[in-house]
Amino acid sequence: MLHGSVIIFTSFAYLGLLFAIAYYADKRADAGRPVIANPYIYSLSMAVYATAWTFYGSVGRAASDGIGFLPIYIGPTLMIALWWVVMRKILRISKQNRITSLADFIASRYGKSALLGGLVTVIAVIGILPYISLQLKAISTSYFILVQYPAIVMPDEIGVAPIRQDTALWVALILAAFTIAFGTRHLDAAEHHQGMVAAIAFESMVKLLAFLAVGIFVTFGMYDGLDDLFSRASLVPKLQAMMTPLEGVAGSYAEWVWLTVLSMMAIMFLPRQFQVTVVENLDEKHLAKAIWVFPAYMLAINIFVLPIAFGGLLRFPDGSVDADTFVLTLPMAEKQELLALLVFIGGLSAATGMVIVETIALSTMVCNDLVMPVLLRMRRLRLNERPDLTRLLLAIRRGAIVLILLLGYLYFKLAGEAYALVAIGLISFAAVAQFAPVVLGGIFWKGGTRSGALCGLLAGFTVWLYTLLLPALARSGWLPIGLLENGPFGIELLKPLQLFGLSGLDQITHAMIWSMLANLGGYIAVSLADSPTADEHRQASVFVDVFRQTGETGGARFWRGTASAPDLYNLLARFMGSASADSAFREYAAARGHRWPETSLNADAELVHQVEVQLAGAIGSASARVMVASVVKEEALNIDEVREILDEASQVVVYSHRLEQKSRELEAATTGLRAANERLQELDRMKDDFVATVTHELRTPLTSIRAFTQILHDDPEMEMEQRERFLAIIAKESERLTRLINQVLDVSRIESGREEWQATSVDMKEVISDTVTAMSQVFQEQKIEVQVSTPEKVGEVLADVDRIIQVMLNLLSNAAKFCEAGTGRIEIVLHDLSDHLRIDVRDNGPGIAASDQLVIFDKFRQAGNPLTDKPHGSGLGLHISRTIVEHFGGRLWVESRRGCGACFSFTLPTRAIP
Amino acid sequence: MSDFEYRGQRFVAICMLGVLLFNYPLLALFNVRGAIFGVPLLYAYIFSAWAILIALMAWLAESHTLESR
Repeated sequence: MLHGSVIIFTSFAYLGLLFAIAYYADKRADAGRPVIANPYIYSLSMAVYATAWTFYGSVGRAASDGIGFLPIYIGPTLMIALWWVVMRKILRISKQNRITSLADFIASRYGKSALLGGLVTVIAVIGILPYISLQLKAISTSYFILVQYPAIVMPDEIGVAPIRQDTALWVALILAAFTIAFGTRHLDAAEHHQGMVAAIAFESMVKLLAFLAVGIFVTFGMYDGLDDLFSRASLVPKLQAMMTPLEGVAGSYAEWVWLTVLSMMAIMFLPRQFQVTVVENLDEKHLAKAIWVFPAYMLAINIFVLPIAFGGLLRFPDGSVDADTFVLTLPMAEKQELLALLVFIGGLSAATGMVIVETIALSTMVCNDLVMPVLLRMRRLRLNERPDLTRLLLAIRRGAIVLILLLGYLYFKLAGEAYALVAIGLISFAAVAQFAPVVLGGIFWKGGTRSGALCGLLAGFTVWLYTLLLPALARSGWLPIGLLENGPFGIELLKPLQLFGLSGLDQITHAMIWSMLANLGGYIAVSLADSPTADEHRQASVFVDVFRQTGETGGARFWRGTASAPDLYNLLARFMGSASADSAFREYAAARGHRWPETSLNADAELVHQVEVQLAGAIGSASARVMVASVVKEEALNIDEVREILDEASQVVVYSHRLEQKSRELEAATTGLRAANERLQELDRMKDDFVATVTHELRTPLTSIRAFTQILHDDPEMEMEQRERFLAIIAKESERLTRLINQVLDVSRIESGREEWQATSVDMKEVISDTVTAMSQVFQEQKIEVQVSTPEKVGEVLADVDRIIQVMLNLLSNAAKFCEAGTGRIEIVLHDLSDHLRIDVRDNGPGIAASDQLVIFDKFRQAGNPLTDKPHGSGLGLHISRTIVEHFGGRLWVESRRGCGACFSFTLPTRAIP
Repeated sequence: MSDFEYRGQRFVAICMLGVLLFNYPLLALFNVRGAIFGVPLLYAYIFSAWAILIALMAWLAESHTLESR
């Protein structure tokens, strides 16, 4: 049996379990081994987005219009796709500036404006009240229905509204106590509540499991799967229309689009989403996981919404049961006590999760951006002189939590009965959507100013009050209903639900159109008309250019003045306690290689900035600025000085780019130099080789000349015949020596570039016949047959005729050298190949091995083994020939096989005939 | 351009794809009678398009290891 006592006991046991989890996570965090430093826990904590609205309200909405609940989850999915661009930036900015709430973020962006922070806080608190009341309503309603088990009775039927409201009051008070225990046990400099995050992640698991359990029970327990469920539903005429709900039941596409846009904003700017996504984030890298895990969670928790809605409509066809309660009443109707209890706990976890995180986030805002700035400005309180303010800060936050929950309860009492769950929640969504222009504009557009933000927010919020909150109060009977029907003072044009005569839209679309128009218009127009102050200009640059700054101290460069380190320390200690201040100073000193307090710290801009950032974590950026200014002597920068600093910074960026380029060029030059140096060393080595080889080559003929001369000198009696033979050898060797020296001179001239080439028209036919004639003596002596074939007419080439003759002679003498005497045969063929001539010189000598075919063109290289074979020449001839041919734009190469003769060919480009 | 900017552009493209998928006229194409595995066509379409979108985001977010810029 589900007695009230059983339900209450289970609820408290569940809350106790949550508290234990939070306690354990806090202990682990204190020990430096955080459990929540995990991307999956981070993603699950975001699922605090799914509240009682999701748990109970989605089914209610689905039962009335089919898919109207979906934009609330598809919108965030689309927005999260942009998080890579948007949220990464917000995360980085918040970490650098120790932003601890949405109000702080906006205030800090627009010149650390306390006024703006206060306005944001007021909007957030008032805007969120309906949402908190929704949770109270869900918990008290579900309790009330469950306690009637086994009967299924709607609270309204038996006139129990007053009793239920009392339940809601109790719920509010219990949750307040619980939240205080969770969120304000101590003051954390970075506003991290690791225990809370762990508990929220656990709650996300519980509500998902509970919802899936009901979904599976309805789909597969009560019906025979999705197919069965939907086909039975399609037999009912009323439900048939819901299979194609767009245009019909769900209203226009415009509503669908606006709900999507609204939810895109909500996922960014609901205070609790900002809290878990930005403030509680421990590592930017976790975002990559959350980008898909969190949307996947939303998909999972929505899969069974439609089956449950249709199941409920089929099970309770007479409409006596409120669709918002189907999740609970279906298991009850089927006598599933345990499942019903699980559902109640799931709904409880959805609602408590939201209330805890939301009130903690709001209490931080109320404390840092609303109460503290006011208190600090009241000189009479002499807050500046109090030694320890941490207790005061905690007290303010605790008070704020109780107050916010009581206000939520008050809203529930005033307006909660007139609307379904989703409609209540959407009013809050529309309120926080007002933050979108100032936040998104603030991080991408430097032109937004404080006045612009104030105007935009005020205008948008006013329209919201008028078109959404006012009608809610009027419908509940707290304001005359005539206000809605006839407009204020009977002015039709100002009717809150058809402002300026805009009709035919649902309430949310209508309100969004007007409030966004007022908000965006005010923000942009006033920002453009306004000129920013130095503070605004500085903060705009700190926010928009966050990825261009290096290090954590982007703001320090804007500070000029004098300060004392002990003053700064005392200031920090007053607000954060001396333990936190000690550790902050110690870390700061350690980062600069000092030990604190052994060495005193230099109170420079860096330290002042650091203290201000630390303090901003505890009391908000606007108050922190006021407090720091009270202990240091600051020279106010004017707008020109801020501009100058920013320009300097951008010039430094330009310089560093240039420096990088210079160093790249230098590197390239170094590489080039190194290559040149290597080449030089190679050439040096080659020169040494060359000299050694030349000397060697010169010595051979010289040795034989000297030897024969010696013989002739020593033996005057020598026979005449012998003497002549010796003299012939001496003459021949001298000739060889002369030729060698000439060739060496040629090589050195050509290689040094001192050779003077005289390019004239050369007739290759003439060159060939001349050289063959010149060599005819040799050919005859060796009995070598020579065959020349040239075409009738060939083009002229542009070259140095003497050099080309040299090439021909070299090739012919080589051929003659390698031909066997008697059987030798040399073939000379001239081809005219339109744009160039090719000359082949073919012999029938022994041929050249493939391995030698490349090296024979090198200096002093000859085919065959230099140690065993008799040398046939200097080894320079082919090298010189190739150099000459290449100089005139041709090629020289050889084709040969061992034993089949060799064919040397060269080409020369022909002159274009004019 | 850095890996972060490249990936940022792809995420923006995914968002635009989502805007197209969950909007008129594509939604209207599926707002007709019919069922896939017993699930009404429109519901089946929305949930599968949603799942594909999430899969794309997962693929893009996890495709490389992140380094801090």
